[in-house]
Amino acid sequence: MQLSRDALLAAYHRMKIIREFEERLHIEIQTGEIAGFTHLYCGQEAVAVGVCEHLGVEDKIVSTHRGHGHCLAKGCDVDDMMKEIWGSRDGLCKGKGGSMHIADVTKGMLGANGIVGAGAPIAVGAALASRVDGPGENGLKVAIAFSGDGACNQGTTFEAMNFAVVTQAPCIFVFENNHYSEHTGVDYAVGTAGDIASRAEAFGMKVWRADGTDFFAVHNTMREVLDYVRAGNGPAAVEFDTERFFGHFEGDPQRYRGPGELDRIRETRDCLKNFRKAVTEAGLLQDADLDAVDTQSLAEIEAAVTAARAAPRPTAEDVLADVYISY
Amino acid sequence: MTKMMYRDAVLSTIMEEMERDPNVVVLGEDVVGGMGTAGGPEAIGGIWSTSTGLYGKFGPTRVIDTPISESAIMGAAGGLALAGKRPIAELMFADFIGVSLDQIWNQIAKFRYMFGGKTRCPVVLRMAYGAGYNAAAQHSQSVHQILTGMPGIKVVMPTTPADVKGLLRTAIRDDDPVVFLEHKALYANTGEVPDDRDFMIPFGHARLSRAGGDVTLVSSGLLLGFCEAVADRLAGEGIGCDVIDLRTTSPLDEETILDSVETTGRLVVVDEAPPRCGLAADICALVAHKAFSSLKAPPQQVTPPHTPIPFARELESAYLPSVDKIEAAVRRVLAWR
Ligand SMILES: Cc1ncc(C[n+]2csc(CCOP(=O)(O)OP(=O)(O)O)c2C)c(N)n1
Ligand SMILES: [Mg+2]
Repeated sequence: MQLSRDALLAAYHRMKIIREFEERLHIEIQTGEIAGFTHLYCGQEAVAVGVCEHLGVEDKIVSTHRGHGHCLAKGCDVDDMMKEIWGSRDGLCKGKGGSMHIADVTKGMLGANGIVGAGAPIAVGAALASRVDGPGENGLKVAIAFSGDGACNQGTTFEAMNFAVVTQAPCIFVFENNHYSEHTGVDYAVGTAGDIASRAEAFGMKVWRADGTDFFAVHNTMREVLDYVRAGNGPAAVEFDTERFFGHFEGDPQRYRGPGELDRIRETRDCLKNFRKAVTEAGLLQDADLDAVDTQSLAEIEAAVTAARAAPRPTAEDVLADVYISY
Repeated sequence: MTKMMYRDAVLSTIMEEMERDPNVVVLGEDVVGGMGTAGGPEAIGGIWSTSTGLYGKFGPTRVIDTPISESAIMGAAGGLALAGKRPIAELMFADFIGVSLDQIWNQIAKFRYMFGGKTRCPVVLRMAYGAGYNAAAQHSQSVHQILTGMPGIKVVMPTTPADVKGLLRTAIRDDDPVVFLEHKALYANTGEVPDDRDFMIPFGHARLSRAGGDVTLVSSGLLLGFCEAVADRLAGEGIGCDVIDLRTTSPLDEETILDSVETTGRLVVVDEAPPRCGLAADICALVAHKAFSSLKAPPQQVTPPHTPIPFARELESAYLPSVDKIEAAVRRVLAWR
């Protein structure tokens, strides 16, 4: 199915917003203004956007420590996210959560997560809730568990997959294989020679695999996956082969990378470049259309940073807000 | 004596004990770093630099880089120990005990007693704990409160590099499970460390870091330094504080605490864990039971509130005990008639 011009521009815009959000954080973090641990999603934008463009607000996603892209793709407000990362009391979580814990349940975004592997069981729960509600006009609501290649080694992820299969929960396990968990290579840590989808298959799920740096591959694959899961065929899993452009966390010297690796992946595996090439070559959009989105995205990020800087700071009294028992 | 950082005291002690005893093995996530990458093993060591160089020296059978599987890491440590080895298992952040609690609590802690005393389980579970980095609710917690309440486990919380050295060596040579809690904010602190490769500090012996005689302050880890700062501040006003560094929360050195309170009659316990069912409450109860007649004022606890740890700088610093809050508590017990 061909995407409309508007849909193409919207998808590109979301990917670009994620990219600029992260590129800007990369710079701002070095000034020391932003506190805490920040893991940037740069390089993986096509996965978050290619998945979430298919979802409605009633569908749920559960994210990871590298969650900004998932949040933005699911519709979390850019300014409110930036304020949260800045620790403002006007942030999406009132400055309580920070980068690793951004959530907006009203948008179906059930939280980034600091605990690797914690998300998958939560997604199964959300999928079981959908089973209680039963199918609507478009079939079942789904829950998506985003997991990394490292998270797939966690027992919680295994339990969640089996649980979803035996309950036929409308849950989709999206594995973003960016080849590294912190400083460790996927070939070392994932015993099935780095192949994650085959594990999910062994649990009794239908699985898909696609190039996660190609928006169209992600988007088309997810259409099939979602048709299958919304129709009530039980859970499914997808493995996307992707790249992370920055270090594991900000400040990682990345000595585990091969010579020229970062330049090569930025050159050949950049989902934004690949998108631009595909749509301009096919005559679907012009460079000028995309340039306009680029300019607009940069302005939006600039505005978000300005707003975050000016946003009110939390005070000591706020520590005790949203607590139901105090001592 | 050699001057070294807290983190280097961890690493050098592990290194020395691995040289001394071929049964000592290390396991954990990224303890080698770079496995399965172009950069190769040890391209980057563990994130705390507490295992740098171990793999090159002792190889893959004794230095085991694990997948992200905390439950299996803790369980494998238990199995290694039952099979005659002395594993040192690392949890990158103490918060991850949540993922692995069964293996610690129902397995490792119980083997010796539950098997009728016929086996020992010499594991050391090292973990980085504590707040101060704005790492928020899941990467900042102090977990000694949970672990100290578990029969079958010894819990160590060193404050100084020298104590790291002496207590970690004791932990590694101990035949029972020891949780060794390393405060993240102390890793870069330096101090003089004895060179003796058999230097050990026995468990259950607190350290009196300041002797004053008017008030007893009890703490451990990052907040011990805060207590010392309060003691130094009040010394200028002629108020003397005994500052007790517990070193181990299980076993607990009751004698040192009680001796001090019998002199001062005033107690302030400072702890980084939340207030309920915690170390501070435990020590106040101890003193109420065993030194009641010496008390001149109600014992005070300075702890964070009963909330998860918030992210923003302002919130985390308001959450944590501070020098000012500790000083205020000391003044409260002094002012009590
Ligand atoms: C339970 C748990 N163990 C370890 C960590 C530390 N940690 C944070 S991210 C990470 C690597 C995760 O790798 P992967 O799942 O591939 O995600 P990626 O970072 O590549 O996005 C590790 C080990 C953690 N946060 N939680
Ligand atoms: Mg990864």
